[in-house]
Amino acid sequence: MIEFHDVNKWYGKYHALVNINAKVARGEVVVVCGPSGSGKSTLIRTLNRLEPIQSGRIRVNGQDIHDKDLDVNAFRSSIGFVFQQFNLFPHLSVLENCTLAPMHLRGLSAKQAREQAMALLERVGLAFKADAMPDALSGGQQQRVAIARALAMEPPLMLFDEPTSALDPEMVGEVLLVMRDLARDGMTMVCVSHEMGFAHEVADRVFFMDAGSILEIATPDDFFNRPQHPRAQQFLSDIRTPFARAI
Amino acid sequence: MSGFLEIIDTYWLYFLVGQYPYGPLGGLALTVILASLALVLALPLGVVLAFARISPWRAVRWPVSALVFVVRGTPLLMVVFWAYFFLPSVTGVKTDQFTTMLIALVVFDAAYLAEIIRAGIQGLPKGQMESARSLGLGYFPAMRLVVLPQALRNMLPSLVNQFVSTIKETSLGYIIGLAEVSFITSQINTQVMVWPAQIYLVLGLTYFTMCFGLGRFAYWLERRLSRRAIAAPLQEVSA
Repeated sequence: MIEFHDVNKWYGKYHALVNINAKVARGEVVVVCGPSGSGKSTLIRTLNRLEPIQSGRIRVNGQDIHDKDLDVNAFRSSIGFVFQQFNLFPHLSVLENCTLAPMHLRGLSAKQAREQAMALLERVGLAFKADAMPDALSGGQQQRVAIARALAMEPPLMLFDEPTSALDPEMVGEVLLVMRDLARDGMTMVCVSHEMGFAHEVADRVFFMDAGSILEIATPDDFFNRPQHPRAQQFLSDIRTPFARAI
Repeated sequence: MSGFLEIIDTYWLYFLVGQYPYGPLGGLALTVILASLALVLALPLGVVLAFARISPWRAVRWPVSALVFVVRGTPLLMVVFWAYFFLPSVTGVKTDQFTTMLIALVVFDAAYLAEIIRAGIQGLPKGQMESARSLGLGYFPAMRLVVLPQALRNMLPSLVNQFVSTIKETSLGYIIGLAEVSFITSQINTQVMVWPAQIYLVLGLTYFTMCFGLGRFAYWLERRLSRRAIAAPLQEVSA
């Protein structure tokens, strides 16, 4: 469903993505991990053209996403994107957050959009908050609304950019549960995440990145128990035993 | 003091509407119409100029930036003179004093408003635009539905500042002989001769009332808008 061919990106002189080659199949769940600044977020942000690339090719559903004829807005609405900072619209209620894009882009009537949004909020366990404003919600609840908002465009592909990194530890679980259920329903997902438990249980494959390159692609079992690349071994030992390495 | 009340009795209608209905409308009515029209026209123009200021295209950005810098670097009086003397010689159309003053005010205030609006748009977290775009909204729909409603609310105090300035700036119409309320007042004063302090005090109070009223209205609006954000009570957290 997704293909990266020799993708390169620079920020000025900084080489942010280096010769990325990878594929994600339909229905697959991929977790991208790696140290901070390694290009994980940049990688998934190139997928819906939030970040431009300087060379290479990205295909989604066989379509070159940098094709001049591509309707970028229609293309983006076919990819759900969940941000680290939730980015709910604070001037709209929870329900309005979920109905805005469907009413505007899919031409749903207010009633249809409302019914669909309520079903999605039900799915993420927040139907009872439909009329609340985002500021009145906890971080975990806001992120679940953000997932419902993205799902409201009925995208066949969902991207998650560190969806639990800004959350208090006790709220991580509720978001991961929603994501797991989504994966079980067959959604194609690419998640930048450090949640090893989630990767273990839900991911089909793990991409390990450092310094703009994908250094290792493996099943979660292989990656966590038998990492091949020395940098991946170092990374896993650092997150498992943070005090082990002398500074 | 009874003499002054007599003056009010004689001139209040002239103060309010000028020579109307036997001549052109003037006085306070003209000031209110001029200020209102200037606000109503300058705000959308300010939005357009603000978009031009943050445009990725230089051909759009540079001329508007130049306009903003020129307006910010010159007194309104200069802009009024330009509109009065210079504009007709360029366009070949002689505008009346009201239109001349309106053009000067709209151009001047739109440039200032553009900077307020630009700051409001750019001050919003980048994630708001990004999440709107990632849902598939185009640039302008995202601006209209997501960015501007929030930005305008944050800008409200600065906008009101500018609107209050606009009301007071209408008094410069005096210079080109526009019969707005300051001009009318000075005429009354010339005829009466003996009560200048009191007459101009009434004028001052008139401006103050308009500006204070607008300020209070804006404060009310601000509170009404923010009440919505906290209207939804914190309910028990459930997973």
